Amino acid sequence: MTDRRVIEVPALTRVEGEGGLKVVLHDGQVDDVQLNIYEPPRLFEALLRGRPLDDVPDITARICGICPVAYQMSSVHALEAALGLRMTPELRSLRRLLYCGEWIESHALHIHLLHAPDFLGYESGLAMAADHPEAVARGLALRKLGNRLLEALGGRAVHPVSVAVGGFYGLPRADVVQALVADFAQGLELACDAARWVASFSFPDFDRSYEMVALVHPDEYAMNEGELRSTAGLACPVTEFEQRFEEYQVPHSTALQARRRETGTCYLVGPLARVALSRERLAPRARALADELLPEPATNVFRGIVARAVEVVHAFEEALELLRHYRPVWPPRVPWQPREGTGCAATEAPRGTLYHRYRVSADGTVAEARIVPPTSQNQAQIEDDLRAWLPRVLPAGEQRAALDCERLVRSYDPCISCAAHFLRVTWESV
Amino acid sequence: MGRPRLAVFKFASCDGCQLTVLSLEDELLQLAEAVDICYFLEASSRMEPGPYDVALVEGSVSTEEDLQRILEIRQNSRYLVTIGACATAGGIQALRNWGDHAEFLRCVYAKPEYIRSLAHSTPIAAHVPVDFELRGCPISKQQLLEVLAALLAGRRPKTPEHAVCLECKRRLAVCVAVARGVPCLGPVTQAGCGALCPAFGRGCYGCFGPAAQPNLAGLTNHLQAAGMAPRRLVSGLRLFNAAAPAFQQESDRLAALEEAER
Repeated sequence: MTDRRVIEVPALTRVEGEGGLKVVLHDGQVDDVQLNIYEPPRLFEALLRGRPLDDVPDITARICGICPVAYQMSSVHALEAALGLRMTPELRSLRRLLYCGEWIESHALHIHLLHAPDFLGYESGLAMAADHPEAVARGLALRKLGNRLLEALGGRAVHPVSVAVGGFYGLPRADVVQALVADFAQGLELACDAARWVASFSFPDFDRSYEMVALVHPDEYAMNEGELRSTAGLACPVTEFEQRFEEYQVPHSTALQARRRETGTCYLVGPLARVALSRERLAPRARALADELLPEPATNVFRGIVARAVEVVHAFEEALELLRHYRPVWPPRVPWQPREGTGCAATEAPRGTLYHRYRVSADGTVAEARIVPPTSQNQAQIEDDLRAWLPRVLPAGEQRAALDCERLVRSYDPCISCAAHFLRVTWESV
Repeated sequence: MGRPRLAVFKFASCDGCQLTVLSLEDELLQLAEAVDICYFLEASSRMEPGPYDVALVEGSVSTEEDLQRILEIRQNSRYLVTIGACATAGGIQALRNWGDHAEFLRCVYAKPEYIRSLAHSTPIAAHVPVDFELRGCPISKQQLLEVLAALLAGRRPKTPEHAVCLECKRRLAVCVAVARGVPCLGPVTQAGCGALCPAFGRGCYGCFGPAAQPNLAGLTNHLQAAGMAPRRLVSGLRLFNAAAPAFQQESDRLAALEEAER
C-alpha cells in the first residue's frame, strides 16, 4: 500500500490575481507539483476580434491593472508593425519614459508590500510597517513617484488614456513634466537605499541553472524593443518568437505552459533574466549597484527582489534623463491608414517578456490576436523550481513546506490576472 | 466598538480597482489603523473568516463557483460595496454576452472542454443586493476614500451622478467634440475620472458608465448625422460598461437598426 498525500495552498496571497498550489506526495516523494490558476478566463483574444485597432491598447490594458502599460506597449508596437508604421525617435523616448513609470510602480509595489514581508516575517507590508516604518514609507514614496509619472504622461496610473496606435493622443506641457525632475532626483537616492536594504535580507541558498530569456537592445537596457536572447545562446528577432517558443498542455493539469521549441525545456523571464543579459547596459548607478549587490552569476530566484530593486534604480536614472529633456512632440501621433497585414512585437513588462501578434483587416479592425504574457512563460519554470525546492523544505513538516513553496512562487512576482486568459484552469479534485 | 472589519474580494477582473486601495500611498497606513483589514489576498497573507463590516467586491460573476461565492460573501458582510466596471456592469469580459460563448472558448483554448465558464459575465448586483456601487475602469482614488470615510462615519457615500462634461468644464479643457468634432461619450458618461481623455485630446470612452438620465439617442443621432457609422457607435458603447443597461439598450437599438438596413 502506498501513501499518497497532498499539500495544498488553496489561495496564494500577495500575488496579483488568484491561484493556488498543489503538491502530491507519493511515499514521501514529490509526485506532482501544480500551480493552479482559478482566475476566471476573460477571453480577450476572442473579444478583440472585430474591434477597431484604436480600441486595442485600451482593451488589452484591462488584462492587468498592475502592468497596463506593458499591454499597451506590446499591442501598439505589434499593430504598428502590421500597419508598416515607423515611430519617430522622440515618440519612442516618450514611450520609454511612460514604461519607466510602470516599472517603478510595479516593482516598488512588489518589493515593499508583497515580497519583503517574506524575508522579515510579516503577513503583509502593512503589518511590517509597525516595525519598519521608514522602509515601508520609502516603498510607498517610490511607488507614488512611479504613479505620478504615469499620471503626468497618461492621465492615470491604472489604464492610462494617452497611448494610441501611432504615438499618443496628447502629451502634457513641458512644465507639468519637468516639475517631476526634483522629486525624481530624490527618488533616485531613495531607490538606491531601497536596493541596499533588500540586498541585506538573508536569502536561501538556491542557485539553479536556468535558461534566461529577455529582449536585448544594442544601446539600451531593453524595454520597448530588442532582439530575443537567452543565456543559452539564443539570438533571434522577435518575429521568430513563435518558432522558438511553444505553448503546450500537460496531461494531468489543464494549464498551458511554455517551453523552448528546440530543446523542450522551460525557461525564465523577468528581472533576473534582464540583468543577466543586459547588465552592462544598466545606467551607471544601477550598474554599480548590480555589481555590488547582485554579482554574476545571479541565478537564485529568491534574489529576484534585488534585481527588481536594481531595475527601479535604472528606471529612475533613465526617467530623470528623459524628464530633463522632455518637450511635447507635435504632432503626438504618426498618422496611419488601415491595411491588411500581420505584425508582432515583444516588450519587457515588469515581470518579463510580453509577446503580442495581430492580424489586421483592411477595414481597420482586428482579425486575430495572440498574446503570450510573462507569467504563463514562467509557469513551467516555477513548477520545476518547486520540484527542486520541495525535498529541502519537506523535512520541516508539510505546513511549513507549504509556506516555503508559496514564498518561492512569490519571488517570481506572478501576475495571475495576466496569465489566466492563457492558462488552462485546473479543476481536478483530490 | 472595535475597528470595522474590512474585506476585499476579487471576481473576474484585472486587479486594478483593488490596487487602488494600495495606491492610497498617503492614506494607506492611516487606513490600516482605522479599519481592520481582515481579508485582502493581494495585500496580505492574513485570511480572517467573516463576518465583515465592509466588503469591497471587485470583478464580475462568470463561473458557477463564483455564483456560490458571492452568496456567501453577501451573507458574511454588513455592507457590500462593488468597486469598478466589472463588478457594477460586467466589465469588458461581458462582450461575450453578445457572442457565441462556445466559439469564444474555442478561439482561446485548444481544449475548451476543460474550461468552466458561464456564457454571460454579469455584475454583482444581478446576484445579490449591493449597498453601494462605485463606478469606473478603474475606480477613482478620491471616490474610494469618500466611500470608506462615509462608511466609517456611518453615513451614505456621496459620489456624483452628473456627466463628464461638467468635470471637463471645471477643468477648463477645450471641448473636443465641439472644437474638433471628435466623438465623445462625455455627455452621457458619469463623472469621476476628472475628464482625463478630453485633457489628452481624445473623446471620453465611457469608463464610468452611464450618467443619471443620459440622453443616449440624442448623442448617437448627432454622431450619425455627423457621419459616424452605426457600427462604430455600437463598438464605442460596447466597451468596459457594455452591459450597463443604458449603454446596452442603445447599442442593441443601433445594432438592430444596422441589421434592418442591411
